[in-house]
Amino acid sequence: MSEMHDEVLEYVIDEYVDEDDDLEVTFDTALISSGIVDSFSMVSLKVFLEKKYKISLPDSEATPEAFDTVNSICDLVTKHLG
Amino acid sequence: MSNIGSYEERLQGFDWSIAKEVLDWQEGELLNIGAMCSDRICDRGHADKTALIWEGFGDQKKRYSFADLRAYSNGFAKLLQDQGLEPGDRVCIFMDKIPSLYISFLGVLKMGGVAQPLFSAFGDDSLEVRLASAGTRAILTTGKHVKKVRKIQDRLPSLEKIIVVEGNPDKLKDGEVFFDVESAERVDKFDCHETGPDSASVLHYTSGTTGQPKGAQHVHSSVWGQALTASWVLDIQEDDIYWCTADPGWVTGTSYGIIGAWALGATQCVLDSGFTTARWYKFIQDNKITIWYSAPTAIRSLMRDGNELVKDYDLSSLRHLCSVGEPLNAEAVVWSEEVFGKPFLDTFWQTETGSMMITNYPGMKVKPGSMGKPFPGITAAVLDLKTFEPHTEPGKVGLIAFRPGWPSMFRTYRNQEDVYRSKFVGAADDATPEQLRHDESLWYVSGDRASVDKDGYYWFVGRDDDVINTGGHLVGPFEIESALIEHEAIAEAAVVGKPDEVNMEVVKAFVTLNPGFEFDDMTELSVMNFIRKSLSPLAMPQEIEVKDKLPKTRSGKILRRYLRALEWGEDVGDLSTLEDD
Repeated sequence: MSEMHDEVLEYVIDEYVDEDDDLEVTFDTALISSGIVDSFSMVSLKVFLEKKYKISLPDSEATPEAFDTVNSICDLVTKHLG
Repeated sequence: MSNIGSYEERLQGFDWSIAKEVLDWQEGELLNIGAMCSDRICDRGHADKTALIWEGFGDQKKRYSFADLRAYSNGFAKLLQDQGLEPGDRVCIFMDKIPSLYISFLGVLKMGGVAQPLFSAFGDDSLEVRLASAGTRAILTTGKHVKKVRKIQDRLPSLEKIIVVEGNPDKLKDGEVFFDVESAERVDKFDCHETGPDSASVLHYTSGTTGQPKGAQHVHSSVWGQALTASWVLDIQEDDIYWCTADPGWVTGTSYGIIGAWALGATQCVLDSGFTTARWYKFIQDNKITIWYSAPTAIRSLMRDGNELVKDYDLSSLRHLCSVGEPLNAEAVVWSEEVFGKPFLDTFWQTETGSMMITNYPGMKVKPGSMGKPFPGITAAVLDLKTFEPHTEPGKVGLIAFRPGWPSMFRTYRNQEDVYRSKFVGAADDATPEQLRHDESLWYVSGDRASVDKDGYYWFVGRDDDVINTGGHLVGPFEIESALIEHEAIAEAAVVGKPDEVNMEVVKAFVTLNPGFEFDDMTELSVMNFIRKSLSPLAMPQEIEVKDKLPKTRSGKILRRYLRALEWGEDVGDLSTLEDD
């Protein structure tokens, strides 16, 4: 996996997972559809990606499906990095 | 044939006692919402009818009959009693939209407690403010959310009981109680507390322009307004499958996501898996939902995903659609008619009113973008912005106001009678909440602006204060500003709503920085996450603008209205009090 995968995974764990949760989050772990990241909080994840990677993600593409795993998030970011 | 039949005919000689006829309720019966939504339905021969169809993340699915609802809510009521809770105690329900939320709500009411549901996405600061204000004695929560409670429990001396209803019991801390109602002994009989029409039932917190959120206190007789509007506006009938998408942390989720529909003995659906268009359509298809009560933000999100996706699902079961939370734009009404074959009917009400006040009705001509007309028994008016006298000039904007006294009207703001009094135009300085509620010479002012057209339809214009309506949820600027200045980088803050295509408004913050801080992208993100975790994702600013100084009056008060007007491209108004540069 790329450096981006590691950065996104680290951010998700730091910001959305409590320290005492017995939760192993991997690149394939469902984030939105499992409730780890609630749909309201997707906005802050989107802002992180835009600022970190200097991209703009259209709302039409920043869907719960696209944000559901670290892998799918990185696919979306990579697409917009050109 | 709809339940209401003709709106115009219902207006003639209307009396709220018709709600009792609709429920076939006899004088002398127990007036307790918990019992009316479960025991009473069973006693009327519907114990085996499905009360709740629940789906969660993944493939989780559960069904509960009214007999289950009775037994499990009894289980919660008995547990609370056994834990030493007494009638009148505030019991917070702090969990996701899991079955125990709905069932424990009835259980709290059955033992005479006051149910205080709070939105599970609230952070620990938001939770603390509301629990402290309510003097909450017990909280029902889950393993997922109990950590937020633990962070603040030392500062909440009234909070004696923490009860975890889902999760790993081995993870509990000393003093916490684990209770899985479905594994516990089934309690088929419980002697409900003998509540009366004025007994406190539900305490909902709502945000204002100034100060911390206020607790709007409701009572058991609110059920008359909630059940009658559920019947006449939502048109809930015997065989309907009804879905209210609201979270019971907010008033729609209790008035119409629990009380109104279950008092009528209806089958309700709950989906606790966030929002995706495909999942929602599948939920409707799989459960053959007939009545759908949702919110403009959700409807606009569905619109955004286009007309093609709808065709993949059989949504032909839908027969009636309604909307609440913020004004429903005309485009959304027209779109729903195009793709679902019927329009979403807008309904207007608020936490304080407890039930619908101005709405559209089955069979009444819909004017897309209009709020509709006052519910029978509701005397509504638009008051002149300066004189506070009602006016009838078509199209002229004023304050939406109601004559007090409808059944679901809130009885006070908890511990804030002066604020309650301030909501009534013409109230005497020493008037009690009870006097205010019965004084039909007064106007209760809603805080929203509207106009009325020549046909008597109301048209929403906007808030009359600085409260932000984001996705149908009211967010108070003061609460966010107070939290923002807790961040090390922020010196001063002003928060306003800025326009948003889907959510109507989102939070925007203007800030000045403390010396030594620079505002780069990561600092901005840090501030956003700080608010998201301490208050809630809804309160998180989606944009933060750094200023050298904030606009203030000469007396030092930050001029939010000036900043808001700039965001909305509106006239900034009188700036004579603005502090000189």
